Amino acid sequence: MSDAPATAAPVLTPKGAFRRLLDRKLALFGFGLIALVVAAALLAPWIAPYAPEEQLFDGLTLEGAPLPPDARFIMGTDLLGRDLFSRMLYGAQTSLVIGVVANGLALLIGTLVGITAGFFRGWIGAVLMRFTDLMMAFPALLLAICLAAIFKPSLWIVALVIALVNWVQTARVIYTETTSLAERDFIAAERTLGAGTGRILFRHILPHLVPTIIVWGTLGISTTVLLEATLSFLGVGVQPPTPSWGNIIFENQTYFQAAPWLVFIPGAAIILLALAFNLVGDALRDVLDPTQRGRD
Amino acid sequence: MTQTAQTFSGAAKAPDTTPDTAPALTVEALTVSVRTETGLHPLVQDLSFTLQRGETLAIAGESGSGKSITSLAIMGLLPPPAVRVTAGRIRLGDTDLTALPESRLRGIRGDRIAMIFQEPMTSLNPVLTIGTQLSEAIRAHDPVPRAEAARRALAALKSVRLSQPERRMAQYPHELSGGMRQRVMIAMALALRPEVLIADEPTTALDVTVQREVLDLLRDLQREMGTAIILITHDMGVVAEMADRVIVMKSGRMVEQAPVATLFHSPAEPYTRDLLGAVPRIGTAPDRPAQAAGPLATLSDVTVRFPLKGGLLGRTQANVHAVEHVSFDIRRGETFSLVGESGCGKSTIAKAMVGLVPHQGRITVAGQTLSGTGRNEPRDLRRKVQMVFQDPMAALDPRMRVGDLIAEPLLIHGIGTARDRRDRAADLIRRVGLSDAQLDRYPHEFSGGQRQRICIARALALKPDLIIADESVSALDVSVQARVLALLKELQEEMGVAYLFISHDMAVVDSISDRIAVMYLGQIVELGTRAQVFGNPQHPYTQRLIEAVPVPDPSRQRPPAPRMSGEVPSPVHPAGTAPARLTLRDIGGGHLVASA
Repeated sequence: MSDAPATAAPVLTPKGAFRRLLDRKLALFGFGLIALVVAAALLAPWIAPYAPEEQLFDGLTLEGAPLPPDARFIMGTDLLGRDLFSRMLYGAQTSLVIGVVANGLALLIGTLVGITAGFFRGWIGAVLMRFTDLMMAFPALLLAICLAAIFKPSLWIVALVIALVNWVQTARVIYTETTSLAERDFIAAERTLGAGTGRILFRHILPHLVPTIIVWGTLGISTTVLLEATLSFLGVGVQPPTPSWGNIIFENQTYFQAAPWLVFIPGAAIILLALAFNLVGDALRDVLDPTQRGRD
Repeated sequence: MTQTAQTFSGAAKAPDTTPDTAPALTVEALTVSVRTETGLHPLVQDLSFTLQRGETLAIAGESGSGKSITSLAIMGLLPPPAVRVTAGRIRLGDTDLTALPESRLRGIRGDRIAMIFQEPMTSLNPVLTIGTQLSEAIRAHDPVPRAEAARRALAALKSVRLSQPERRMAQYPHELSGGMRQRVMIAMALALRPEVLIADEPTTALDVTVQREVLDLLRDLQREMGTAIILITHDMGVVAEMADRVIVMKSGRMVEQAPVATLFHSPAEPYTRDLLGAVPRIGTAPDRPAQAAGPLATLSDVTVRFPLKGGLLGRTQANVHAVEHVSFDIRRGETFSLVGESGCGKSTIAKAMVGLVPHQGRITVAGQTLSGTGRNEPRDLRRKVQMVFQDPMAALDPRMRVGDLIAEPLLIHGIGTARDRRDRAADLIRRVGLSDAQLDRYPHEFSGGQRQRICIARALALKPDLIIADESVSALDVSVQARVLALLKELQEEMGVAYLFISHDMAVVDSISDRIAVMYLGQIVELGTRAQVFGNPQHPYTQRLIEAVPVPDPSRQRPPAPRMSGEVPSPVHPAGTAPARLTLRDIGGGHLVASA
C-alpha cells in the first residue's frame, strides 16, 4: 500500500470528494436547483415568452390591475403589464451575478483581511481591524450610495460596490477564528518544523476556516441579492427596466395585498437559491472534513 | 465527634435510621449503555459492589474503562438521552436511585451524595464569590436564613483548612490557586455531610505537592465525618495511599476487586499485574553509564519575561518572570530533564529553545546561536531541534493524513522527491511501532498513544540532534506511557539523539533521565545526575517534591507533610523589580544546589 499512494486515497482527491458529494441526496437537490437557475439565466433569451421590458397591451385588466398567474402568463404580470415569468428569467442573470460574484468577492476580501489580521496581530492586525470596525460603524447603505454615485452604475459596478460593503462581517468572524487557531498546538508544531508563514496560513489555517466561510457565504447570498434590490430602488443599483429578483420585489411591494404573487414568486426564488447554496455548502463542509468520514 | 464535626452540627441530619452495618451504597449488576446508530452499546457492564460507611473504595482503570461513567450513573448525571442505565440497580441506603425521577434525585444530589470533579476551576461559577456559592449550595437543600448559611459556609471553609477563610468568602474563584479551589469544592461537597462522596480524579489537575495536601485533607475529613468515599483515579500511587478496597476496571467491566494490600501484593488477574508493573517507581530504573560527549546545546543566563500591560497608555506595569537567569547544557546523546510544578518556567525554556518565544541571554544549539527574537530562526536550526508536545491530538493537524504529517518536515525543507518522502514516512511509522498501512488514515482514527508515536515519527523525520519532549507522556495512560518511554529510550540508543525531557512527574523523570534540573519559580534550584538529585537531594524544594509523590505501595507509612502557607508565591513582579537571584554552588561531582 505504501508503494502505491495514488490507489489508497479515497477521500480528499477532488474526484473522490465530488463523488461523495453526489452521494448525498440533499446536496444533489441543491445542485439541481442551482443548475436550474443557471440554465434559466443563460437560456433566458430563448425560453422567455416575451421581452422583459415589454409592456403588454393585454397584460393588465381593464381597470389597470396586474393579472394573476394563468395559462398564458404562468407567473402573472406586474404593475406595468410586463410578463413576470420573462422578468424572472432575465432577473436570474442579475441575481446570480450579484449572489455569486459580489458575495464571493466579499467573502474573499473578508477572509483575506480576517486571516491576515488574526495571524499577524500586532500593528497590522490593529490597523486592519480598526478599519473593519470603522466600516461596520458606517451605514452600509450610505456607503453603497456614495460608491455607486462615483462610478457609473452597471451590473458589475453594483457587484463591486456590494462586495466592498459586505466583507466586514466575514472579516470580523474570520479574524476571531484565526486568532484561536493560531494559538493551537499544531500551529506551534508546524513552526518548530520550520514551516513558512504561507504554508501555515494556507495549508493549516485556511482549511479549518472552510466551515465558517461556507456559512457566511450562504448567508450572504440573500443579503446581497436584497441589498442590490435596495440600491436599485434608490436609483443607484441595476437600472430599470433591467429586472433583478430584488428590484421586482421592491417595485411591487406596495401592492402586496392586491397582487401577492409579485412579491411571493421572486421572494421564493431568492430563498430557494440561498437554500440551494446552503445545502451544497453544508455537504461540501462535511465531505472536506476527514473527522466526519463515515458518519453520513 | 471531633471539633470539625461540631462546626458542622447545624447541618447534621437526624441520626441515621439504618443500622451501622448496612452499606452506604449498593450497586447491583449495573449496566450503562449508549444508544448509537448500530444499537445499544454497553459502556459499563454488569458491575456490582458495595460501599460501607466510612470506607474508601477506589475505582482504578485507564481511560475508557468506564470508571467515570459509573460515577455519573450513581449521581444520576448521565448525559441524556443517549446514555442511560439499561440494567441493574443503585441503592443509597434504602433508596433505589435508578427508580427515582429527576426531581427527587435533585434533592439527593449534594445532600446525600456529593461529587468533586477533576478541574475545580470549571466546577465553580466564575462570577460568584466563594461565600455566595457555598451559601447557595447549603440553602438549596436546607432553607435556613442567609446569615446562618453564611456562618455554615465559613465553618466549612475552616474545616478544609483554607488560610484566611473570612477573606476567601468574599473572593472569586480566579483569585484562588488550583489547590485552594479544590479545597473549596471539597468544602462545598462536605458542607451538608453527605453519606457518600464521589471524588472523580480529584487531584489529577493539581501539582504533586498540592495533591499531597488535598489527599491528606480528604483522609482527615473522612476520619472525622465518617463519609464513605468512592475515589476514581488512574494513579495507582493515589490508590495505594487512600483506598481501603480497590476495584480495577477495564473496558467497562470489573477485572478485580480486592482489599488494597492484597491487590498490590498479590494481584490475581494478569491485567492488574500489568497495570501495576507499568507504574513508574522512583529508584527502580537501571543506571546508565554517563555520557561523556561534549555539549550539544548550551543555555547561558537565559531569561524570559512576559510584560503585563495595563493602564490608559498600555505601558508595562509588571512582568511575568517566567525564566530567570537559567544556565545549563545538554550533552550529545543524553536525556536531560527539567522538572518542576506548573508555572515554574520549564515549558517556557522549551519554547525559547525552538524560537517560539523571545528571550534574553544566549542559547546555542549544535553550534548555532538563536536570534532570541521569537521568530525567523534559521531553517538549519529547525532541522537540529524538534519538539514533541503534550497533547498529540492538538499537535497534529486534524485535516491531514498521517503519512503527509510525518513527511511534512521533509517537504518543508525540500528533501527528496514525493516518492522518497513517502518511503521515508513508511520507514518512520514502522520504526515507532505502527504499520505503514496506516499512513492514509487521519489522526482521529488513532488512540492517544499511537498519536504520540506519530508525533515522535514526525520529530525524527529530519534526523535531529535534539528532541524536546514537553510533558510528552503526561496525557497517556500508564501502560501506554511505559511503552512510549521504552520507545524513546530505544530510539536514543539507535540514533544517538539527545532529549530535553520536560515533566512534572518525578517517577517518570527518574526512569528516563541521565541528568536532571529542578526548577522553581523560573530558576534552577538543583542540578545533577539522576543519582545525585534523587539519591541525595539537597535543596528543600527538591526534597519536598520527591516526598510528595504518591508511592504505589499501601504498606508504606508516610509522615504527614508539613502544611504550607495559603499564599502561592507568584512569578509576577512590578516593572523595574526582579526576584532575588539564586546562586548555584557545586557540592561535588557537578551536583549544583542553590543556596537559599
